[in-house]
Amino acid sequence: MITLTINGREVQTPRGSTILEACQRNGISIPTLCYDPDLRLAGSCRMCVVEVKGRPLYAASCVTPAESNMIIETDSEGIVAARKVILELLAARHHFNCQVCEKNANCTFQDYCYQYGIKESRYEYGHGAIYEITDPNPFLERDYNKCIMCTRCVRACEEITVARAINVKNRGHEAKISTAFDGNLADSPCVFCGQCVMVCPTGALTSRVSAGMGRSYEVDKVLTTCTYCGTGCTFELNVKDDRVVGVTSDRTIVGSPVNKGALCVKGRFGWDFIHANDRLTTPLIKENGEFREASWDEALDLVAQRLGEIKTEHGPDSMAMFTSARVTNEENYLAQKFTRAVLGTNNVDHCARL
Amino acid sequence: MTNSIGELEKDAKCIFVIGSNTTENHPVIGMKIKKNVLYNGAKLIVADPRRIDLASIADVYMPHLPGSDVALFNAMMNVIISEGLADENFIAEHTEGYEAMAEVVKKYTPEYAEPITGVPAEKIRQAARIYAESDAAAICYAMGITQHRNGTDNVKSACNLAMLTGNIGRPGTGVDPLRGQNNVQGACDMGGLPTVFTAYQAVTNDAAREKFEKAWGVPLPGHAGTVLTEVINKAHHGDVRALYVLGENPMMSDPDLEHVEEALEKIDFVVVQDIFMSETARFADVVLPGASFAEKDGTFSNTERRVQRVRKAVSPPGQARSDWEIICDLATRMGYPMSYANSEEIFEELRTLTPSYAGMTYQRMEGGGLQWPCPTEVHPGTPFLHKDGNFSRGLGAFTAIDHIDPGEMPDQEYPIRLSTGRSLYHYHTGTMTRRASALNEHVPAAELEINAGQAAEMGIKDGELVKISTRRGSLKMKAKVTDKIARGVAFTTFHFTETPANVLTSAEFLDPVAKIPEYKVSAARIDKLSAEEMTG
Ligand code: SF4
Ligand code: SF4
Ligand code: SF4
Repeated sequence: MITLTINGREVQTPRGSTILEACQRNGISIPTLCYDPDLRLAGSCRMCVVEVKGRPLYAASCVTPAESNMIIETDSEGIVAARKVILELLAARHHFNCQVCEKNANCTFQDYCYQYGIKESRYEYGHGAIYEITDPNPFLERDYNKCIMCTRCVRACEEITVARAINVKNRGHEAKISTAFDGNLADSPCVFCGQCVMVCPTGALTSRVSAGMGRSYEVDKVLTTCTYCGTGCTFELNVKDDRVVGVTSDRTIVGSPVNKGALCVKGRFGWDFIHANDRLTTPLIKENGEFREASWDEALDLVAQRLGEIKTEHGPDSMAMFTSARVTNEENYLAQKFTRAVLGTNNVDHCARL
Repeated sequence: MTNSIGELEKDAKCIFVIGSNTTENHPVIGMKIKKNVLYNGAKLIVADPRRIDLASIADVYMPHLPGSDVALFNAMMNVIISEGLADENFIAEHTEGYEAMAEVVKKYTPEYAEPITGVPAEKIRQAARIYAESDAAAICYAMGITQHRNGTDNVKSACNLAMLTGNIGRPGTGVDPLRGQNNVQGACDMGGLPTVFTAYQAVTNDAAREKFEKAWGVPLPGHAGTVLTEVINKAHHGDVRALYVLGENPMMSDPDLEHVEEALEKIDFVVVQDIFMSETARFADVVLPGASFAEKDGTFSNTERRVQRVRKAVSPPGQARSDWEIICDLATRMGYPMSYANSEEIFEELRTLTPSYAGMTYQRMEGGGLQWPCPTEVHPGTPFLHKDGNFSRGLGAFTAIDHIDPGEMPDQEYPIRLSTGRSLYHYHTGTMTRRASALNEHVPAAELEINAGQAAEMGIKDGELVKISTRRGSLKMKAKVTDKIARGVAFTTFHFTETPANVLTSAEFLDPVAKIPEYKVSAARIDKLSAEEMTG
C-alpha cells in the first residue's frame, strides 16, 4: 500500500494502481468517457484529468500511476475548466436530440454535460446530423452523429468478442468508427453480439429490438440466466408494464460469473419471442381432429383420467415422459418424480442427445 | 465439462476444438477461446469438416471427414507414443488399461489415418506435437463428436488423449463437452434419464431406490426405462400408449421425422406442455400452456456444472402456468399430492436427495452460482474435476477403440456425407428464435452448404435452389456455395420448419451406449433442379 493525498485527504491504495483506481477505491468520483475497466486503456478523452502537484500538465488519471506522497486535486477550478473545454469540443460533433434518444437519462455524456453546465458549444462547426443512419441490420442502430470517438466499441469488439469488425477511420474532425471498407456490419466480421452497445457511453449505438419500448428509468431489471445455449450467460431482463422490453448486461463478476456482461446475438437480441402473439395461453383439447379451448380443470382432469386408465389397462411401462433441457432443474426434478412415483415407470428422458 | 469456462480464456495453453463450431453454438465460450489464442498466445488446434471461424486463427486446422474422429484421435496418440511425448508418470500413477489401448493405436500411423480422415499425415503430426508439448491442454467438443453411431467411442478417445498426456485435473486442462442447450446439464443432473435418479444414482441400485422410495413414499420400479429414440421405435410397434412431452419438440429434433410422425399417430394419448403450438403439439390430444424462462423462478445448470438462478420477470400470458405448477396439479389429481409454495421449496427437497447439489441453497447461489459437486453448505463448489489426477472411480481407464465407418457410407447413389447442426442466429428447433423478430429477419431460412469445387462441377450457383435427398426423404433449399466445407460433405441446419432437416437423417444407426442418432453423417445426394422445379 502507498499513501497519497487527494483533495486534501490522506488515502491509501495498492502499489501499481492508477490515480483513477486510487480515487475509486476511496470513494472519490472522477468522470470518465473512454475508460472501461474491462478494456485496454486508451487515455484519449482526457475527461479524467486531475492536477498533480509539481507537474506542469494535467494528468489523465486513468493512465497515470499513483505514486507515494503525490498530492492530487480532482476538482480544482482549473480542472473543471479543462473538462468543460473537453465536453464542448465533444459536444461540437454530437447531435443532441435527447428528447427522442434511446439513451436519454442513461447517457454518460448527457450526465457530464448536465453536471458541467454545457448547454452549447463554442466550437460548433455547423452540423446537426451529417452521417446517414443506414446500416441495414435488425439488431443495432449506429448513429455516428452522436459518437464522441471514445473507441470503447472498437476495443470491446476487439478484446471481448474478438470479432475486429470495426475500427477508427480518418483523423481529427473527420474521424469516424467504421467497418473495414465503411460498409454494412452484415458484410463485416460482425457477429451482432452488441458488446459495442453495452460499452457505448452515448446514444450512438442502441438496440433496434428495444427501440421505443421504454426509457431506462421506466424499467425494472431482473437478473436471470439465458434460455439458449449451455454457456449459461446471465443478463438483466428489462421489464416495463409486465413486459420484457430489452436485455442489458450486468458486468459484475458476481452478477455475471460466466460472461461478465458479454453476450451473443441470441442472448442480447433474441428475447421478444416471450411476447410473441402466438404464445399458448389456454389449455387445448383435441376433439374430432380440432383443438378447442378448455379450462385447466377440464384439461387436467382429462389427462389424469386417461393416464390412469392406460396405466391400469396396459401397465406403467406403456407410458413415457419426455422432460426438457429447457425447463428448470426444479421442473426436471418434478417431471422425473412424477414419471417414477406417479406413473410408476422409469421411461423418462429428454433430448440431451439431439 | 471437467473444467471451467474461464480456464479456456486464461489457463489453457493449448485448446483442441473438435466437432464444435464454438463461435456459433457457444458464442461466448468461442470469444474466450479467441481471446486466449490471439492475445495470450495459447495454441489452437481445430478439427472439423467445415472451415469454421476458429479455423482461421488455428495453428493447425484438420478438415477431417465426418465419422473419422476415432481414427484422428488414434493417429494423434500414435504420434505421441512413438515420439515419446506421453506423460509416463501420469499413466503409471493414475490410469489403467494403457497397454491394450497402445496396442490398438499402433497401427494408426498418420499415413494409415490419412485416407480415412482426409487429413494429411503431416498435419496430424503437428497437431499431436502441439497438444502433447503444451503445459496445459484442453479438449473442447460438442455434438460433432457425440452425434455418431460411435459417439461414445469418440468421447472415450478424447479422454484417452487427455490421459495419455496427463491433461486432466489441473486448471486449463480437461475434456470439455460443450452442452448444447441451456439446461441439458441440469436435466441430466436431475434424473431426467431412464437409468438414473438425480446425481446419476442408478434406478437399479437397491440402496438408491430405497432412499427415493422413502423420500417419496411410494414403491418405485427397479428396472431401467426406455431412452427417447427407442420410445419412438416402441410406439411404432404399439408398445407406448401414452406420452407426456414437456417442452420438447421431437417432430423437429428427432431423426427421420416421417418415422416420428407415424409413431406419434400410433400413441393413444399424447400430452404436450409447451409455450408454443410446436410441430409436436399438433399431434397432441391435450396441449397445456407452460411459462417461458422469463416467467418463472428456478435454476439452470450450465455446461461447466454451474447452477444459477432463473428469476421471474413478467407474468405468463393468459392462463399459462409454470411447468412445475402444472405437474404438481396433475400429480395431485392422480392421487399423489404434490404441493410446493415456490421453486425454492422444490430445490430444498431435491438437494436432500442429490449429493452433488446438497450444499447449494438459493441464498448461496446469489454470489455467482455454485459448481457441483457441492456436498455441504460450507463447500465452495468445484471448478474442475479430478483434481491432481484423482478420478472418482480410482484410476482413469483407457479404452482401446478401433475406427468404424459411419452407418451410412457414401455410395454411388448417395455420394455426399450430409451433416446437420446449428447456426449462430437460431436455436434448436427454432420455436423461440424463429419468433425472435430480429434473429428471424436476419436469417429467415436454411441453406445447404456445398463445396465450391463440387458445386462448379454440378453447375450449381450460389443461392440457387437445389434438392438434397437421402434414403429417408428430400428437401429443397438454397445452396450456399463455399470453400469452407470439405469436398464430399454438405451441411445444413435443423431450425426451420419449412425445411425440417430431420426428414433426411436416419434413426437406424444409434450409438449403442448413448443411443444418439448419427446426425453428423447421412449419405445424401444433391440434385440440380430444372427451371420448372425451381419455381414449383
Ligand atoms: S455487434 Fe459485436 S461484433 Fe458487431 S461491431 Fe459490435 S462488438 Fe463488434
Ligand atoms: S460509437 Fe459509442 S463507443 Fe463507439 S466511439 Fe462512438 S461514442 Fe464511443
Ligand atoms: S448469451 Fe449466447 S452464449 Fe450466452 S448463454 Fe445465451 S445463447 Fe449462449
